[in-house]
Amino acid sequence: MTGIKPVTDKPKIPAIELKNVVFYYQTAAWQLSLPELTLQQGQHLFIQGASGSGKTTLLNLLAGIITPKQGEIKLGGEPFSSLSPAKRDTMRARKIGVVFQQLNLISYLSVLDNVLLSGHFAGNARQQSEQRAITLLQSLGLGAELVKQQAAALSVGQQQRVAIARALLTQPALLIADEPTSALDADNRDSFMQVLLEQANACQTTVIFVSHDAGLRRYFSWQLNMGNLAQGAQPC
Amino acid sequence: MLIKLARQSLWNRRGTAMMTLFSLTISLVLLFGIDHLRKEARQSFTSTISGTDLIVGARSGQLNLLLYSVFRIGNATANVSWDTYQRISKHPQISWTIPMALGDSHRGYRVLGTNGDYFSHYRYANQQSLQFSEGQPFNGVYDTVLGAEVARKLGYKLGDQITLAHGVGAVSFSEHKDKPFTVTGILAPTGTPLDQTVHVSLEGIEAIHIDWQQGAPMPGRRINAEQALQLDLTPKAITAFMVGLESRMATFVVQRQINEFRGEALSAILPGVALAELWQMLSMVENLLLLITLLVLVAGLVGMMTTLLASMKERQREMAILRAVGAHPWYLFVLIQLEVLLLTALALLAAAVSLVVTLWALQDTLASNYGLFININPFSLQSLYWAGAVLIISALLACIPASTAYRRALNDGLAIRL
Repeated sequence: MTGIKPVTDKPKIPAIELKNVVFYYQTAAWQLSLPELTLQQGQHLFIQGASGSGKTTLLNLLAGIITPKQGEIKLGGEPFSSLSPAKRDTMRARKIGVVFQQLNLISYLSVLDNVLLSGHFAGNARQQSEQRAITLLQSLGLGAELVKQQAAALSVGQQQRVAIARALLTQPALLIADEPTSALDADNRDSFMQVLLEQANACQTTVIFVSHDAGLRRYFSWQLNMGNLAQGAQPC
Repeated sequence: MLIKLARQSLWNRRGTAMMTLFSLTISLVLLFGIDHLRKEARQSFTSTISGTDLIVGARSGQLNLLLYSVFRIGNATANVSWDTYQRISKHPQISWTIPMALGDSHRGYRVLGTNGDYFSHYRYANQQSLQFSEGQPFNGVYDTVLGAEVARKLGYKLGDQITLAHGVGAVSFSEHKDKPFTVTGILAPTGTPLDQTVHVSLEGIEAIHIDWQQGAPMPGRRINAEQALQLDLTPKAITAFMVGLESRMATFVVQRQINEFRGEALSAILPGVALAELWQMLSMVENLLLLITLLVLVAGLVGMMTTLLASMKERQREMAILRAVGAHPWYLFVLIQLEVLLLTALALLAAAVSLVVTLWALQDTLASNYGLFININPFSLQSLYWAGAVLIISALLACIPASTAYRRALNDGLAIRL
């Protein structure tokens, strides 16, 4: 928690808002249909679903990598899915953090450079980003001795923490985590969940977390079942 | 960050990157090397002789006459008698002549027997006359003037004595040891075969052969150096002679008259025309060499693209991570392009350094074995064009892996397939 100021004075507009979103691939009969999903700033959503239920597609939609065939996605009240690809990429860099299942980092870059990537694409000044990156890494238990080390040299648990630092560097409105604990053992998993949510809370970041592990639901206040999207987000 | 990413990505794949760099460097060394050698050889050949209107020798092909008389390559098929030379040199249209007697050598360097007119009339490059770095032209029968390379390589200075060998091989068992020559002059470097020539007087050539017959000493007859000076040392024959005319307008007339000379079968050639014929003959080989080099270069570049294309699969995660943090597909396209351009630029640099070092190392060998005086600086405006063309071709070929990165970035999204 050191050095990270909680954001408290943002207006009460939804962090993310999906309305009548429909997506399908031209080559498949399957389609994803989500009538409504609204998350306020700072809310944490747990998404669970079987393989092939469309979790990754939903994440790609939320991250603006793909766009819905129908409906709209708004980020912080601003249209997101209707933006041009380049503007979506910029908005993603500035407002969305992503943590993958594993191998989140570019192995040949240093820990610091990996974290700074998101600042670079968000167009932030390097010096400012660097200070914040170091503070974030320290708050995630990664000391100064690791900062210049190559990412490949870190343990899986350490790599996942670096991924959190990278995702939160730009104080994004939305953090998308795609099964980030699947490669961690039970101790590391709990520790990871704690630091992730602590840091997200500190930034008032909305978290969308996908996992097969139903045991992780306890960390979240909202859940979305991919098998029943029509229900929308339900309290846990 | 983009450059850092490209640089570190290449470093991360340094094994394959080094092999690609190596093959590309070899292709570029070949390209620039052959182009440079081609131009330098042409320059070296064309600058060897200047201001000479005709070269006359015994009847033979013009290339043979040009090669042995000017470039010291090969041998004459027959000699020109001294009387014929005297008669032709008195032609009213002829301003000057330089007689040349070839056939002897000194430690692998050709010996040229001539007279004082050689130092006053011979021109090379753009009408440059011969200059002495030390000493003066020969005066005595046993004086010699060394080309710059001969003096430098063999460490000779003024006053040193040398002996000539019969024949033109690097090693000779028939030396004219009884008649040593004294170095009276050393020519300034010309960058032509002259630098590798030992110049003596025609009388000197006659003196060392005065007790020889059919290429061997006459049995039971020995004439020492002092005794030879008392004898008539007027040559009986020379190998060829160069001709300067009063007017260039008369060139073809005089050439025809010499070619139709009744006393002896002679050939008079125009050095420029013979050189042009030589290059025409060589141009097909030149073009073929250049084509092969270009194909080698293309193979190197295609190899680089193949390596990059093959690496795209294993770099899928890297691309997905970059996309996730906000990289536009164009960024990935540019990243791959930059990697290719970095590799190509490094290969160009490595090729330039390797080429300079190779030319520096081979300079002496090329000069002594092939009479090619090669400048070790291979860079010219043309090289810049080549380098630019190579970069453009690389960038064009790089579009293949770069567009793969672009396309996958759009299709794969955040999904990472392991």
